[in-house]
Amino acid sequence: MDLVEQFPVIIIGLSMFLAYTMLLTGYLNRRLPFFMSLAMNSFFLILSLFILNHVLTVGPIRYWQGGWRPPWGIEYVIDAMNAYLLVIVISMVILGLIYSRGNVRHEIEERKHVIFYTLVQLMAAGLYGITVTGDLFNMFIWLEIASLTAYALIAVAGGRALRPAYNYVIMGSIGACLYIFGVCWIYSVTGTLNFADMRLLLPLVYDNRAVQMAFAMIVVGVMIKAYIFPLHLWQPDVYTYAPSTISSMMASVHVKVMFYILIRMFYSVFTLEFIKHFIGLDLLICWVAAIAILAGSIWAIKQRNLKRMLAYSSVSQMGYILLGVGLSPLSPWGLVGAVAHILNHAIGKGCLFMCAGAISQQEGLKDIRDFGGLGKKMPYVCAAFTIAALSMIGIPLTAGFASKLFLINASLDAAQYPFVAVLLLSGLLNLVYFWRVIDQMYFVKHKETENGVEVKEKGKSLPISMVVPILILAALCIVMGIVWLTDIPMPLINHILSNLRMGVTL
Amino acid sequence: MELMTPLLAILCPAIAAALILPSRNHPNIRELWTIAASVAMFLLVLSMAPLIVKGETIEFTLFQSMFKGIYIGFKVDAFGEIFAITASSLWILVSIYSIGYMRTLKEHAQTRYYFAFCFAILGAVGVALSANLVTMFIFFEIITISTYPLVIHEQTPDALRAGHKYLAYLMPAGAFLLFGIMITYYLAGTTDFTPGGIKALATASPMIITVLFFAFLLGFMKAAWMPFHSWLPTAMIAPSPVSALLHAVAVVKAGVFGIVRIVGYVLGMDLMQELGLWLILAGIASFTMIVASFFAISQDNLKRRLAYSTISQLSYIILGAALLNKESIQGAMLLIPFHGYMKITLFLCAGAILVATGKTKISEMAGIGRRMPVTMLAFSVAAIGMAGLPPVAGFISKLYLCLGAWAVGSPYGMIFLAVILISSLLDIVYFFPIIITAFFKKPAEGIGASGEVKIKEAPLLVVVPLTITAIFSLVFFVYPNMFYISDLAKMAISQLFGGV
Repeated sequence: MDLVEQFPVIIIGLSMFLAYTMLLTGYLNRRLPFFMSLAMNSFFLILSLFILNHVLTVGPIRYWQGGWRPPWGIEYVIDAMNAYLLVIVISMVILGLIYSRGNVRHEIEERKHVIFYTLVQLMAAGLYGITVTGDLFNMFIWLEIASLTAYALIAVAGGRALRPAYNYVIMGSIGACLYIFGVCWIYSVTGTLNFADMRLLLPLVYDNRAVQMAFAMIVVGVMIKAYIFPLHLWQPDVYTYAPSTISSMMASVHVKVMFYILIRMFYSVFTLEFIKHFIGLDLLICWVAAIAILAGSIWAIKQRNLKRMLAYSSVSQMGYILLGVGLSPLSPWGLVGAVAHILNHAIGKGCLFMCAGAISQQEGLKDIRDFGGLGKKMPYVCAAFTIAALSMIGIPLTAGFASKLFLINASLDAAQYPFVAVLLLSGLLNLVYFWRVIDQMYFVKHKETENGVEVKEKGKSLPISMVVPILILAALCIVMGIVWLTDIPMPLINHILSNLRMGVTL
Repeated sequence: MELMTPLLAILCPAIAAALILPSRNHPNIRELWTIAASVAMFLLVLSMAPLIVKGETIEFTLFQSMFKGIYIGFKVDAFGEIFAITASSLWILVSIYSIGYMRTLKEHAQTRYYFAFCFAILGAVGVALSANLVTMFIFFEIITISTYPLVIHEQTPDALRAGHKYLAYLMPAGAFLLFGIMITYYLAGTTDFTPGGIKALATASPMIITVLFFAFLLGFMKAAWMPFHSWLPTAMIAPSPVSALLHAVAVVKAGVFGIVRIVGYVLGMDLMQELGLWLILAGIASFTMIVASFFAISQDNLKRRLAYSTISQLSYIILGAALLNKESIQGAMLLIPFHGYMKITLFLCAGAILVATGKTKISEMAGIGRRMPVTMLAFSVAAIGMAGLPPVAGFISKLYLCLGAWAVGSPYGMIFLAVILISSLLDIVYFFPIIITAFFKKPAEGIGASGEVKIKEAPLLVVVPLTITAIFSLVFFVYPNMFYISDLAKMAISQLFGGV
C-alpha cells in the first residue's frame, strides 16, 4: 500500500486528536492552540496536495478503516472531486485561522479563545471527514460534528448572535433529521451504507417509493444546510452576527461541503438515469436555483448592513452552484460550472467577509452608507474588496467570470435558454449591490476628505495577520480568473467527470 | 505570422499603470510613465503595420481555453491595426494634453485618473488586436470598468449620477454581448474573426441569426446608436481629455469597431444581405445620423453638442458597414481614424477654452476666436472636416461613403445617399455658428473688454496637442497613407472581399 493512501485517515485522525489536545494545552498556555492548529493544518495542506497529485496521476484512493472490507467496514474514498475539495477546504481553514488571530481578539472575550480554536479545529475535522468518507452513515457523523461545532461557534460571541444560532440549531437539526431518515430508508431497502455498494444495488430498486422518498429527503435535508432559497431563512442572521472569521469560513467552505454531499448523492450514490428518468429532478432543481439566484440578489440590494448584504449575496451565489448541479445531468459543463464556482465563491466570498470584518474592526462601520472615504483609510482592504466584488459580478479576468461562462455554456448546451438570461441578469443585480459599496468607498465625497484634512488615528491599524489572508484571497480571485480561462484545469475536470462516471469528457 | 508584438503593446499601459501607483507622490515621474508607455505602445503598434500592409496577419495565442475552439489571443489584421494605430497615436497627444489640463485646473485624484486612463486605453487597443469575440469581450469589459472612475472624476452627486447611468447602459450591453458571443460559439463552435464571416453560421436558422444580430447590436451599445445613446452626452461630465480620447475615440470607436467586426467578420456580408439585416442596421444608422444632428443643434453646452455630433458621426461608420460594399466599408474604416483625429481636436479645443476662460457654453464664447486664435483655428479646421468638406480628412471618408451609397443603387442607395448629404448639411448648421460666434461676434463678458482682446491661449501643453491633431486632420487629406492608414484600409477591403 502506498504511503499516500494513508494520508486521508491521517488528516482525519490527527484533526480530531488535535482538537482535544488543543483544549488541554490551552489550559497551560492560551496562545498555544492557535499555533498548534495552524501548524497541523499546514501539514494537512501538504498531505492533501500529495493526495490530489496521487489521485490525478495514479487513481482514486480507497482506504478501509481498520482493515474491514467495505460493505461492513467504513471506507474512505478519495477521487478527483474530493481531493480537489479537500485542498480548498484545508487552504481556506488555514487562511481563516491566520485571519482569526487578529479578529478574534476584537470580537471574542479572551477566556473563550481556547474553546474557540478547539471548536474551529473540530469543525474543520468534521468538514475534512465529510470530504473523505465513502459511507453514508459515517458522513452523517461528520456532518453533525461540523454542524454542532458551527452552532457553537456562531453563539460564541454571545449577545445578538444567540438567537440566530438557536434558529440555526433548529433548522440544521431538521436538515440532519431528514438526512438520517433518508439514509435509514435506503439502508432498509439495500442493507448497505457504502457509496460504491449502493450504486451497484440501487438501480434494481429505483422505482421503489421508499428509495425515491429517501433521495428527496436527503436532498432537502442537505439543501437546508446549504441555505437554498427558500430554505435560507436561518442564514442571513447567522452570517451577520457570527464572528467574522466564522462567517467567512461558513460562507467559503462549510456550505461548499454541503454541495459536495449533494454532488456525491447525485453521481456516486445515485446515477444520472435515476435523476433524469425516475424523479425528473434535474429541471426542478434548475428552476429552484434560478429563483434562488434572483431572489438572493434582490434581497441583497435591499440590505444596508454589509455582512447581511454579503449573506444574501451568498444565497444568490449558492444558486449558481445548484444551477450547475441541476444542469449537470443535461450537460457536463454544468458540473464544470459547479466545481469551478465552489472554488471561486470560496475565495471571493471568503475575502469579502474578511473585509467586512476588518472594516468593522478598524473603523467600527457596519452600515454601507457610512463607508464614505474608506478607500483612503484602508487602501488594501478596500482594493481587495473591490477585486472580490468584481469577481462576484463576473467581470472578465476575475474568477467569477469563468463560473458565469461555464454555466452559460452549460445552459446553452442543455438547451435551457431561460437560465442564460437568469445568469446574465444576476450579474447585473450583483453589480447594483456591490457597486454601491465600491462607490461609497472610493467615489462618494466624504466630509472629512472634502476639506483636504485627513483624519488618521494612529494605533488603530489592522494587524498584518488580517490583511495578508485578505490580499491572498483577492490575488487568488485574479489568478484563478486567468487559470480557469486556460486549459490548465482540464485534466482535473476530466478526472472529476470520469470519476463521477458522467460518461463524457470535455 | 507569430509575433509577440501585440502582447507587448498591450503590456505597455499595464506596466505604466503598475508604475503610476507607487509614484503617486511624484507627479513628474508619474506622468513620465504615461508618456513613455504611450510612445512605446504607439511604436509597437506601428511596427506591425508594414507587415500587415503586405498581407500578413500577426497572430499570438496566449492560451487555449477549456472550450474547444476558443483561445485567448491576438490576431492583428488590417482593420484592427487601423483602430489600434488611431487609439495609440492619439493617446500620446492626449497624455501630453492631460498634463497641461489637469495641472492648470488643479484637479484632484490625478493618480487615479492616470491609472484608470492606462487601463481604458489598454482595453481599447486590446479590442483592436483581439483574435476572437471572447478575447474582445474581456477587453470590452475592461474599458467599461476602467472608464467609470474617469466619468465620475468630479465626484459630485451629478457626476455620480452620470456614472451610474453610464454603467446602467454599458453593463447590460456587456451582458447582451456575452449572450451573443456564447450563442455564436454554440452555433459555430468558434468565435474567431474570419474575413467574410464565420462559415458555420450560414447554416443556422434565420430566426437565431436575427436574434444574434440584435444581441450584438445591443451589446455594442458603446457605439451610441439611437435610442441607446443617452449615456454618451451624460458622460461628458468627465474632464475634457477623457471626453476627448475615450468618448470620441477609444470607447465609442470600440463600439463601432465591434459592429464592423460583426458585419464583416462574424456574420458576414452575405448573411447580412440575405436576411435583410443590413437594411435594419442602415435604418438605425440613418435615424441616428439625422436625429442626433438635430439634438446637436439645440445644445448650448459645447461638449454636449460635440457629444451629439459624435453620436451622429459614429452612425456614418455604422452606415458604411451596413451598406456592405467595398466603397462604403472602406469609407467606414477610414472614418474611424479620421473622425478620431478631427473629433479629438474639437474636444481638446473645448477643454482648452475651459482651461483658459472657464467657459462651457457656446453662447458665452462670443469673440473667443480673437482671444484664442490658435485654438479656434484648430477648431474650425476640425469642424470643416466634420462637415465633410475639403481640404480636411473627413472629405475622403465621406466621399467613399457616398460612393458606397451610390453603388447600392436605387431606391435604398439613393435614400441613404440623401441621408448622408442631409446629415453633412446639418453638421454645417451646428458647427458653423460656433465658428462665427467665436470670430465675428462682439466679445462677450469675460472674454475681453469691448474691442480690446488680448491674445491669451491656454498653456502650451494644452495648445500643442490640439494643434498637432488639427494639422494631422489636414495632412490626412493630402496624404491619407500617413501611418499606412489608406493602405491598411485597402488591405482590409481586399481581405474582406477577396482580390484587390
